[in-house]
Amino acid sequence: MKQGLFTISENRQLTPSTWLMKLDGDVSGITAPGQFINIKLDGHFLRRPISVCNVEEGSVTIIYKVLGKGTDEMTRFETGKELDVLTGLGNGYDLSEAGDTPLLIGGGVGIPPLYLTARCFRNHPTVILGFNSADEVYYVKEFRRAGAKVIVATADGSSGISGTVIDAFKVLLGRGETFTHFYTCGPGPMLKAVYDEVYEKAGISGQMSFEERMGCGFGACMGCSMKTKYGNKRICKDGPVFRTEEILWQK
Amino acid sequence: MAEVRRVDINDAMPDTRVNLCGITLDNPVIPASGTFGFGYEFAELYDINCLGTFSFKGTTLDPRFGNDTPRIAECPAGMLNSVGLQNPGVNDVIREELPKLAQVFHKPVMANVSGFSADEYAEVVKRLDRSSVSDMIGWYEINISCPNVHGGGMSFGTDPHMAASVVKAVRWMTDKPLIIKLSPNVTDITEIAKACETEGADGVSLINTLMGMRIDLRTKRPVLANVTGGLSGPAVFPVALRMVYQTAKAVKIPVIGMGGVSSADDVLEMMMAGAAAVEVGAANLTDPYASRDIVRDLPAAMKKYGIKRLSGSADQAKNL
Repeated sequence: MKQGLFTISENRQLTPSTWLMKLDGDVSGITAPGQFINIKLDGHFLRRPISVCNVEEGSVTIIYKVLGKGTDEMTRFETGKELDVLTGLGNGYDLSEAGDTPLLIGGGVGIPPLYLTARCFRNHPTVILGFNSADEVYYVKEFRRAGAKVIVATADGSSGISGTVIDAFKVLLGRGETFTHFYTCGPGPMLKAVYDEVYEKAGISGQMSFEERMGCGFGACMGCSMKTKYGNKRICKDGPVFRTEEILWQK
Repeated sequence: MAEVRRVDINDAMPDTRVNLCGITLDNPVIPASGTFGFGYEFAELYDINCLGTFSFKGTTLDPRFGNDTPRIAECPAGMLNSVGLQNPGVNDVIREELPKLAQVFHKPVMANVSGFSADEYAEVVKRLDRSSVSDMIGWYEINISCPNVHGGGMSFGTDPHMAASVVKAVRWMTDKPLIIKLSPNVTDITEIAKACETEGADGVSLINTLMGMRIDLRTKRPVLANVTGGLSGPAVFPVALRMVYQTAKAVKIPVIGMGGVSSADDVLEMMMAGAAAVEVGAANLTDPYASRDIVRDLPAAMKKYGIKRLSGSADQAKNL
């Protein structure tokens, strides 16, 4: 973890509820895709934890969904504004397990960390991106430019495959495609469905990124704990990425 | 001829040392239990030996997961938590956490202890006190004020007789200083403090969190899975200061002040209200360097307000 001052160099709307922000500063604290940063906002007590979408020389890109007052205020931040940011939080994805044909599955605001993950692979990973409807779709072009084979699924059928990321996964299986490992991030119900269908039924091991309301974001407060097969873990510090083999579903 | 230098006494470095129950601290800044783990997480960020000491994560007899999540809710100038005493249990603390801490911290540490019966508090203190790592412990901070557990914690801290029963049980188990951590969720905190003093407590620390609640308007459900939680952060500072002031006047034993402390100025204000030392809690969670920065800023803040030394400031508070 590193604390630093970052300068906003870009802050633009991608969809009605999703924004992209590029922050310039020392990104040496970020060591793996799937990690997150924690941003201090004036007038708000807790920082805002947001996953890393991309890292380049001297800048980090995040994609955030407007969910409350804090993220709403962020949409009005202008370029040049400085932010106090903790970087390199969480474990991130372990890419050494990917094998020849990794599968990346992202849902909604869980998609951003998969972008940097996809960029790390040179062998054209398959990426399933799930959205509610066509107007919420973002970053498909960017994934394709990064060399990924992208399949879009929308719940209302307004873009790509009609249905969930699981429906898209079944289409791929139907085409006879095989996968060596998977990486996923998305809402809780989607993660559970991915666990059931991709890990348990299809027998593919993977790594899943979890989300929880956090206090500190760096392992001190025990606010975001989770029970696993190997004891109590902190989502912010021991996670947010957990292996399918260690996950215990509670709720 | 040798040059004679005139030394201006006002330029001398202010003396930040304080005495806490017979042990001298380099400064009065103590990260509070539950916001600093077992120290080594923060030792990766800075040398934690700059602190007066710190109070480690509340330890119970058995390992505890704590409450369901969500356990955190943001508030204006503060936060609610309903962690519910997650900790690895006293045996793991002795076997794993404290040996790990010994690598990075070389001052006496404050051992925070919690329980669900007077006997449990006593047993935890007994095991720590008779363990191979007991030399690391300077003080016990007995938490009778956790608002997030049922059938223990705060129920001991809201009734003077129950508070006394815990102090009595624990007092037998150790010769080290016993500091009792008090709840603000009472009508008169001085009554509880006096009951602890009578049973042989060496100090009291206050305040633990104030009980609160938030509801998510979108889901129409409480934000916290536990429904209620404890409020901390700058929002509670004036309440904490008032209770420290009242308690310091009511008892002869030292009072550790805490509740929303987030700057060197806050430390000085707490000490002017009668605190012998000051704990820093929620500030550590929003800024991992908060306690280090408070220690660093303290001498300059003392100079600014013309304070030459901190020891004895608690006595002066009685004249407020």
